[in-house]
Amino acid sequence: MATKTGKSFVGRFGVHIAVLVFVAIWTIPTLGILVSSLRDKDQIVASGWWNSFASSSQSEAGRLPGASAQTQKDGKYVIEGNIFGDGPKREISAFGVKSSAPTQYKAGSVADLDDGVTLQMNADGGFVLSSPKAFEGDRGQRVYFASSAPPKFTTDNYDAVLFSEGIGRSFMNSLTVTIPATIIPILIAAFAAYALAWMRFPGRPLLIAVIIGLLVVPLQMSLIPLLRLYNGVGAFFGVPSKTYLGIWLAHTGFGLPFAIYLLRSYIAGLPREIMESARIDGASDFEIFVKIVLPLSFPVLASFAIFQFLWVWNDLLVAMVFLGTAPDQIVLTAKLNALLGSRGGKWEILTTSAFITIIVPLFVFFSLQRYFVRGLLAGSVKGG
Amino acid sequence: MAAQIFSAIFVIIIGVGGCVAYFWGANKLLDLVFPSRGVSGTAAVDNLRRQGMVRPWLFVGPAMIILAIYLIYPVIATLWLSFFDRGGTNFVGLANYEWAVSDHDLRNSIFNNILWLAVVPAACTFLGLIIAVLTDKIWWGTIAKSLIFLPLAISFVGASVIWKFIYEYRGEGQVQIGLLNAIIQYFGGQPQVWISLPFWNNFFLMIILIWIQTGFAMVILSSALRGIPEETLEAAVIDGANPFQIFWKIMVPQIWGTIAVVWTTITILVLKVFDIVLTMTNGQWNTQVLANLMFDWMFRGGGDFGRGATIAIIIMIAVIPIMVWNIRQANKETGGH
Repeated sequence: MATKTGKSFVGRFGVHIAVLVFVAIWTIPTLGILVSSLRDKDQIVASGWWNSFASSSQSEAGRLPGASAQTQKDGKYVIEGNIFGDGPKREISAFGVKSSAPTQYKAGSVADLDDGVTLQMNADGGFVLSSPKAFEGDRGQRVYFASSAPPKFTTDNYDAVLFSEGIGRSFMNSLTVTIPATIIPILIAAFAAYALAWMRFPGRPLLIAVIIGLLVVPLQMSLIPLLRLYNGVGAFFGVPSKTYLGIWLAHTGFGLPFAIYLLRSYIAGLPREIMESARIDGASDFEIFVKIVLPLSFPVLASFAIFQFLWVWNDLLVAMVFLGTAPDQIVLTAKLNALLGSRGGKWEILTTSAFITIIVPLFVFFSLQRYFVRGLLAGSVKGG
Repeated sequence: MAAQIFSAIFVIIIGVGGCVAYFWGANKLLDLVFPSRGVSGTAAVDNLRRQGMVRPWLFVGPAMIILAIYLIYPVIATLWLSFFDRGGTNFVGLANYEWAVSDHDLRNSIFNNILWLAVVPAACTFLGLIIAVLTDKIWWGTIAKSLIFLPLAISFVGASVIWKFIYEYRGEGQVQIGLLNAIIQYFGGQPQVWISLPFWNNFFLMIILIWIQTGFAMVILSSALRGIPEETLEAAVIDGANPFQIFWKIMVPQIWGTIAVVWTTITILVLKVFDIVLTMTNGQWNTQVLANLMFDWMFRGGGDFGRGATIAIIIMIAVIPIMVWNIRQANKETGGH
């Protein structure tokens, strides 16, 4: 608008800034888990992910060796060593001996403790504790220090999550659910949509009205009766009630009204002449459908496929009701939900798992965005 | 892993292949039973007519059967079950509805659902509209729209993890790894446990859905805005309208129908909101909503199907006006021909 009316520089600048702010708000959250999933797991809890390129500092606590380690030097009793022992070295910036003031002294300085006791701690972790009197007791002096480690990026989290947390397995389960649950409704809906658009039979208008009504029926209405039905069928035939076939059909059922609605409005708009001339040439409806309607409907079929794929892949409710939670059936969303409970504070596991669950939808979305948007427009501008 | 991949491919082929086999086989069978080729003239015409009577049902048959089993029967059965006890065997009349009226959790859920309904559709539509208008004016608008649209592809559970990380809380004075508390602490504020903050925690959950759905509103409204004739806008400019007047008095009224559609679509979604509440709080700290409460009743202590069904009916009642409106709109559209 600014370019059209107020041609002021400020106005145009304002639009750019405003859009930039919106884009930032809408992308930074996702960026946060992507960056975190690639960080070292100790660093994730030590500093915010936005600081991940800076050295991360963290407060640590340790205990110096006890009296048995003391030596006599220049008439003083001294305990020497390195706080990190043989472990990985970090850089110490400050230290202290009270938990209320963990960074009271700068690294390298000499801290005066009571009774002439002094403690010096260097940046590399080396320390000298000296006292005019002999140390007593096995429990050494408690020390606190702030250490910093250089930024560290790793794919360890992905290894851990994919192979030992069961996310890899769930990824396969999600694909097993999603692919047939996308293709089956397309086939069924395409045939029905063609019949509803181009074939004459009694009850057709009623059927169309029913389908439009079913578009908005909440999923919740179906859950309990279907759960009972599945349990009943399972018990009757002595088969498990939670099966892949069961969830494919459930997703097919829930996706069909939208599929038929979307496909019918497109197929009904195909030119009549093509069908008529094919019919005159002796083609049956089946041949017309397979050879003419299906190829011509490719864009709308792609739109629906993307919708249904994203819907099924991202679904949690249907999967939790109709599919088990054993490793051979649990899908990614349900697995992620379970991890939220069992691995609550472990952000290296949660962020990595979350990123794995969204990577497929993001890929589908970016490569096929054109079709997705087209489906969205056709589906909702007309009143879905 | 290899066995899993193999069995997955196997079941996929069986599932999809079975479906293809039905349509192909059924039509082949029809051609065999009533042959139209290779028979005498009148018989061929008769058979063609018979084929014409049967074939539509072959085409819509599977869809009708699945719709009947998965949507129509359950709607009736849910209504029926709402008059029965927890196991679904003993008729209890209106007892479940009496419980519904007096139950504290349920009342709380309805209140929260109303809160969601009041905030989320409005926020999504408003933000979507603003972003659609703004991005239309700049050269990198398409990229910006793509990025804002992106959360729509993310699952509610994934989005919940993303935002839980943003709301992460550490005690005061500690290093905050949650972005929101880090910002608050940077400006000298007190870090908060956002998802258990009384009343306001609902809004922190709503932000997640708004974040996801604004892209949807933006795309639809953006295409509607492009449908506004250029002359209308030019005329307004010539008459000296300022950008705000153009927005409120020209653009918004022109796309009013689309705004209504976006609003109702998000409204239906909000009524069914489940995943976000389940993963963020599971209804604790007074954030319960109907869909999550229903899920809870379905499985709590072996499940109470009667009460679960009653909650489903409450959600359905809220949707019915939109359903009626939809069917009327569709009839108006197809009524012309």
